[in-house]
Amino acid sequence: MASKDIYFIPEPSKWPIVASLALFSTFIGGAMTLNQSSNGKYVLILGAIGIIYMFAGWFSSVISESLAGNYNKQVDVSFRMGMGWFILSEVMFFAAFFGALFYARVLSVPWLSGEGHGVATHQFLWPAFKASWPMSVMPNSTNYTAYKDTIPAFGVPAVNTLLLLSSGVTVTLAHWALKKGQRTQLCAWLFATVALGALFVYFQAGEYHHAYTELNLKLSSGVYGSTFFMLTGFHGFHVTMGAVMLAVILFRSLKGHFTKNDHFAFEAVAWYWHFVDVVWLGLFIFVYWL
Amino acid sequence: MSTKAHADHDHHDHKPTGIKRWLFSTNHKDIGTMYLVFSLIMFFIGGSMAMIIRAELFQPGLQFVDPQFYNSMVTVHALVMIFGAIMPAGVGLANWMIPIMIGAPDMALPRMNNMSFWIMPFAFALLLGTFFMEGGAPAGGWTMYPPLVLQTGKAFPFLIFAVHFLGISSIMGAINIIATVFNMRAPGMTLMRLPLFVWTWVITAFLLIASMPVLAGAVTMLLTDKYFGTSFFNAAGGGDPVLFQHIFWFFGHPEVYILILPAFGIISQIIPTFARKPLFGYASMVYATASIAILSFFVWAHHMFTVGLPINGELFFMYATMLIAVPTGVKVFNWVATMWKGAMTFETPMLFALAFVILFTIGGFSGLMLGITPVDFQYHDTYFVVAHFHYVLLTGAVFALMASAYYWLPKWTGHMYDEKLAKIHFWLSAIFANVLFFPQHFLGLAGMPRRIPDYSVQFADFNMVSSLGGFAYGISQLLFVYIVIKCVLGGKKATGQVWEGARGLEWTLSSPPPYHSFTKSPKVTKALMDY
Ligand code: HEM
Ligand SMILES: [Cu+2]
Repeated sequence: MASKDIYFIPEPSKWPIVASLALFSTFIGGAMTLNQSSNGKYVLILGAIGIIYMFAGWFSSVISESLAGNYNKQVDVSFRMGMGWFILSEVMFFAAFFGALFYARVLSVPWLSGEGHGVATHQFLWPAFKASWPMSVMPNSTNYTAYKDTIPAFGVPAVNTLLLLSSGVTVTLAHWALKKGQRTQLCAWLFATVALGALFVYFQAGEYHHAYTELNLKLSSGVYGSTFFMLTGFHGFHVTMGAVMLAVILFRSLKGHFTKNDHFAFEAVAWYWHFVDVVWLGLFIFVYWL
Repeated sequence: MSTKAHADHDHHDHKPTGIKRWLFSTNHKDIGTMYLVFSLIMFFIGGSMAMIIRAELFQPGLQFVDPQFYNSMVTVHALVMIFGAIMPAGVGLANWMIPIMIGAPDMALPRMNNMSFWIMPFAFALLLGTFFMEGGAPAGGWTMYPPLVLQTGKAFPFLIFAVHFLGISSIMGAINIIATVFNMRAPGMTLMRLPLFVWTWVITAFLLIASMPVLAGAVTMLLTDKYFGTSFFNAAGGGDPVLFQHIFWFFGHPEVYILILPAFGIISQIIPTFARKPLFGYASMVYATASIAILSFFVWAHHMFTVGLPINGELFFMYATMLIAVPTGVKVFNWVATMWKGAMTFETPMLFALAFVILFTIGGFSGLMLGITPVDFQYHDTYFVVAHFHYVLLTGAVFALMASAYYWLPKWTGHMYDEKLAKIHFWLSAIFANVLFFPQHFLGLAGMPRRIPDYSVQFADFNMVSSLGGFAYGISQLLFVYIVIKCVLGGKKATGQVWEGARGLEWTLSSPPPYHSFTKSPKVTKALMDY
């Protein structure tokens, strides 16, 4: 019987338990650090190293199984479903923060300034507060310092939108090249995608620097600052991870991995990249622009 | 290496030995067993906390524990039972049963499967470790409402990370189940032939994927509010503590269906077996389950009626909540109709299933009462709510899990359990669960608040009854452990079929099934399910 007829069930593997231990150590280290324990950072670093070790080990065994031809079409479908639903869970994670943004803008800030059923709250707590968005003066203005300005949409963020959108194009061009078997083009377009992603992160970092040092706009600048930095921050983190994943794919392409018909890892990363792209469009419209 | 792997797979029933078999497992049955054992242990850890709660409430006044510790008990009891006992039990059953019900060689992603399990003990080490920390374990309620929860001591970040950790496990488990069901079915196992347990689990998996990340987001905001100066839930900075409740219950209500849908599936397997008739209204069961799942995302604010929502919101969420009772009613109707004119026998799984149908329905009715906005102003945060959710969760979800354990133990172990002891276990559980929780309805209607270690004297009698029921229920569960151990160690040999009226692929295998069940896909025909 050809191995292609058998659904590949991996042999017992140490990676799952290594992964759990590494995450465990990361979480303990993180919690200790937040509790101001001086040893926390060592536990945290240990966990982080564990996670990197786990990813490297787990994925290299998957890659060698794949190169050995163990995976049939059905295994491929399982992987596809896994990645697809994982991306949906990521969408829902962002949804929580978008929900917070909409709630603050549409409901809680207007209520605090006396709209709707917020009349009494307004009168008794902070009668001087006036709703606005971006909200630079907080309801309790003694505990918060106002910021000078927010980041205008049609500056760096617009450039970043262009960067990410064109990286979506380049990754598709890379895919087309791969499907035609043109490896040089594949690597070139992939390289362009990674470069665009890196440039995006670089600009984003510059923007954060500008906000913190010149605008006095911080994570602690009331609910505007909270939603702004958490949304763009988590997104930036995802772009970074996506770019690292793309770089791994580039490296593997250079080594000659992937064939015309069999390149799930490439597609998974491409999907992830498009997801990051779409989230950015939401950010650009709702966080920066409107 | 790969050729070796294949050679190994071709001859059956070699299994890895020793501790490595469990630590490194990629076998759905072993992972399922670990989940089930873990959840039973957590059931007793959570249960001992409940015993402390009932001991403190045996009489008015403060007897045994100080209020802070009492609050920790209430908080951690809930977290342990929800995330440590009921959810992993469901995933354990899914692991054991789904592949053999649909004719698959294993779960679709076996390594990820093992990771989902091995997260659990570590996540609970994070959570339970907080009892030994400065400031004690979390005491702000399992719902973690700010600003109260932000006063938690050193336990706070451990609580948050434990929730993140458990969320990772649930999401991976859910992805695995979806991939298995949609990709690994044997030829002929069409979607509308799937056993209902499989259907309810796929739908549960969708709920998990859509709701757990939202909880992760909510607790992340708590974390940054406490340590990084954000103001999501702080009105002074333009946020709102009520926002947390919205996000939390957007997760929380689907979560209660995550707990109950697999139970619905179990009951839909067991009743046809012992009524010796096909399930009445199979298709409507599937659609009802799906409608419940979808609606469950639009009813969350029924937990927040008294928090000061705009009147239109109150109305919307009241009607939406009423609506969800319709598909739930369809299910109860179908179970009863399945039994109608059936040739029924009453083995322990069936007894638990029958008790489920009756007692879950009582919980559903109290749910309807709570869903009516104006009257919830009276019931909210009283013992009436406690009675409601224990009817749906203990005499609902837990009874269904007990039923499933008796139903499938012979399949898992190859031995019949001790029917006589099991019947005793059933009657003790069924009677004392009601002694424990029924009086709490009256306490709630009379105004006794939940989550408070002391109460005024007019509540004394019912509380004493409730506590006695609680102790008796708790002790009776030890009998269950004894029955399980006895069954694992020996007993009458079980046939592959086990129950005369059972239908489905899992009963075509030997008991216990071979270590690798279906390396070659079986062919599924309609006749498989016929009576
Ligand atoms: C007919 C269906 C149901 C309806 C209409 C319903 C309605 C409600 C309402 C309105 C509340 C809030 C009461 C309050 O806090 O004032 C509530 C609480 C609760 N329900 Fe249900 N429910 C139903 C079914 C279920 C099911 C199936 C479960 C779980 C398996 C469940 C678990 C809970 C839990 C755990 C709480 C309390 C949460 C807390 O505050 O800690 N309910 N239910
Ligand atoms: Cu609810």
